Amino acid sequence: MREVEAIIERYGAERRHVIAILQDIQARFHYLPREALLEVAARVRIPLIDLYSIATFYNCFSLIPRGEHVIRVCLGTACHLKGGTRLVEALERELGVRQGEMTADGQFSFETVRCVGACALAPLVLIDGRYYPKMTQRKLTQVLARLRRARPAAEVAR
Amino acid sequence: MTRLSLNGIEVDLEEGTTLLEAAQHLGIEIPTLCFHQGLSAYGACRLCVVELGDGRLVSACTYPVQEGLRVRTHSPRVLRARRMLIELLLSICPSSKRIQDLAAAHQVERVRFSVRDERCILCGLCVRMCAEQMMAHAIGFVNRGYRRRITTPFDLPSDVCRRCGGCLYICPVCELRCQGPEATSIVCGACVTPAPTCPPVYGDLACYMGAAGECGTCVREPRTPDPHSSDLRGRRESL
Repeated sequence: MREVEAIIERYGAERRHVIAILQDIQARFHYLPREALLEVAARVRIPLIDLYSIATFYNCFSLIPRGEHVIRVCLGTACHLKGGTRLVEALERELGVRQGEMTADGQFSFETVRCVGACALAPLVLIDGRYYPKMTQRKLTQVLARLRRARPAAEVAR
Repeated sequence: MTRLSLNGIEVDLEEGTTLLEAAQHLGIEIPTLCFHQGLSAYGACRLCVVELGDGRLVSACTYPVQEGLRVRTHSPRVLRARRMLIELLLSICPSSKRIQDLAAAHQVERVRFSVRDERCILCGLCVRMCAEQMMAHAIGFVNRGYRRRITTPFDLPSDVCRRCGGCLYICPVCELRCQGPEATSIVCGACVTPAPTCPPVYGDLACYMGAAGECGTCVREPRTPDPHSSDLRGRRESL
């Protein structure tokens, strides 16, 4: 867990920085691995349960692995009326996982959210923080295909 | 020294005292549930609500004394609020002796909410016990909102837990209510005295030894009026 060490170093091993530290770990690994939490607890010298409380309290943290691309389907009132649930069904078919889960290849994880504050663009899908407005099943399939194609290139670049 | 009025009594108190400590010092009984002397005040259960001069209801266990404060610990509004809180607690945890006793003492006789029977009221006593007295930090709150609960990290047996049992000792809902004739009702038989009256008299016939309430000594005696209730004064005058 060299990387976790580096992240802690960047902020300083102090209690007041743990949320920032956890956010960086989440950004790096797409979730909070158990070993990382143990490492942070040991280095910052705070009880593990306190970290666990923080990690389970905030929705931005996940304790189970999230995919490379996080797909969020909005199911707020407007999106719901505009057929958000059909997008959910389409994604479940397309990815072969249910909401809250990650695909076996670790490429996509898929969750639902309540309102992302852009109801005029309903139904909305967020992929990696980018808004895809007025989504349809067909557009969704296209976007997924593009992301799948883009993956090998990204790996080469890395 | 801070001067304030507690139920109309002018008192001088040291700064930093809480209203609950002040009331206890004066012998005024305020019901508590999530409060324990050896632990930090948490203000979770709100049972210790008191009414301030400006009409605010605050938790006495976390409110420090203030110069010129006017506090009423048993105003009709406070008692109503406490009864509502107890009713809500009962709907979460009808199996707890402490809560049933509180209900009996406050004349809470019905529960208008759907009953959940959760066996935890999230008062945080065990968490504070574990952290502050046992210095173990083995358990804590996880999740939020309606999914909030108390557990160990990752729900696994904790490395730092020493199995001291402090959490069980301090838990206000671990102790089950009297298993008397109405053990499955939401509000219990509401004995006047929460502790069984029979043991010194009937020895082995004490409720918890056999079929409870059989002897009939403890169940459903006329209720004694709440010593702080507002209609007490009128009653006394009429006597």
